[in-house]
Amino acid sequence: MQFWGYRRQDGRVGVRNHVLILPTITCATQTAQRVTELVSGTVTFIHQHGCAQVGSDFDQTARTYAGMGMNPNVYGVIVLGLGCETHQAHRIGDEIAKCGKPVETVSIQEHGGTLQTIAEVAKIAVKMVQDASMVQRELCDFSELIVGTECGGSDACSGLSANPAVGRTSDLIVQQGGTAILAETTELIGAEHLIANRAANDQVAQKAYAVIKMMEDRSIQMGVDIRTGNPSPGNIEGGLSSLEEKSLGAATKSGTTRLEEVIDYAQVPTKKGLVWMDTPGHDIEQLTGMVAGGAQIVLFTSGRGTPTGSPITPVIKISTNTPMFDRMNENMDLNAGTIVDGLETVDEVGRRIMEEIQHVSNGKLTKAEILKQHDFGIWRIGPTF
Amino acid sequence: MGEYKTLYLSTKDSVAVALSEIPANTSVVVKAELEELVVPILEPIRFGHKFAVKAIEQGADIIKYGEVIGAASAFIPAGAHVHVHNLEGKRGRGDKIAE
Repeated sequence: MQFWGYRRQDGRVGVRNHVLILPTITCATQTAQRVTELVSGTVTFIHQHGCAQVGSDFDQTARTYAGMGMNPNVYGVIVLGLGCETHQAHRIGDEIAKCGKPVETVSIQEHGGTLQTIAEVAKIAVKMVQDASMVQRELCDFSELIVGTECGGSDACSGLSANPAVGRTSDLIVQQGGTAILAETTELIGAEHLIANRAANDQVAQKAYAVIKMMEDRSIQMGVDIRTGNPSPGNIEGGLSSLEEKSLGAATKSGTTRLEEVIDYAQVPTKKGLVWMDTPGHDIEQLTGMVAGGAQIVLFTSGRGTPTGSPITPVIKISTNTPMFDRMNENMDLNAGTIVDGLETVDEVGRRIMEEIQHVSNGKLTKAEILKQHDFGIWRIGPTF
Repeated sequence: MGEYKTLYLSTKDSVAVALSEIPANTSVVVKAELEELVVPILEPIRFGHKFAVKAIEQGADIIKYGEVIGAASAFIPAGAHVHVHNLEGKRGRGDKIAE
């Protein structure tokens, strides 16, 4: 299968052509947002990070920022810093510039305050958006795609309809030579043996068990029952009773292919095929991890319904049951509830999702994009000092 | 009997899922592979919720998808609602270790 994408200097292919205003520090997010209100074609994200972070937590945040900028759905980046923060804007800018795309760096303190910075960033953005608009789409192969998979707001139907259908799509993507990311380590606890059995080698299987153990150990260190947060109150209302039950449903998203590697949060996959990214179950944090890891498209199943989206990657929302698809139609793109209704098979819905990936890659807007649902959240792994 | 949609995934399973609202004091037929069980429903089961297809002893594993989804925290008779009031997850239980 093929689609019309934007070829970037590093050879990767985007399905969107955004100019990203990237605030490296929470103090710069409001300024960045004002520029996006002035200049069409620009996007940004709001967050509360970038200062007083240390160690692996510092590295993970830096990797996430750079990954957002390097995602091939982004034409060019204006990195916006305050000036005195730990995550220095020029360092993030230098990292992004390695992939060859246009990068500019601006600091609020150097420009004498908010208003002058807005004017400066807007001027740069106008030029960058116009340059971006000259890039033509070209015919690209499905093997160029990294597709993230996610389930959020699960119900008892998730493991029966939308998740197995996404599993079928995942198989089809791998068959086409592309990459499918399985994430949500928390929501694989209790189902890890089923995935680890499909690992390409012992090393990959061991890493799968190791990331599960690390996640489970966190609950032990804190002396808490993960069930107080996951399954969530909505999951429980929908009929899910334990983490294991949720996990067995979530794991069906991975399809049936071989597990090629287990990668860190926000890391770009080094292999094609099925890849497991170590992320928490928190929807926005794991969505951000996959997008920073280069996912050009994300498939997101939900039983309870959710508006979630990303500023730079289209998120295709798939409902697990028909009543919710009808009730929250403005947020949901596809309905897999037809499987529970006995109208379609898992295989048929999997193929329908594959066709939607092609449409969205060619430029069809998802509901989350139309509603400007620009969610962003980083998985923090250490305290702020 | 049999007018209510249910999903019984494997003959190893001790629970089935209601795919429609099932009122109390009715009987449903659940089918997996060649096995067919008649289950007397003891209490209302909501869409998406589970009921026991056979009696489950206190402390015994509860099986769905042919895999363990937790253990029974009380005796569960066939046809009873199985949920957080009588099913305890076994994984991610830092609270149990801390005790």
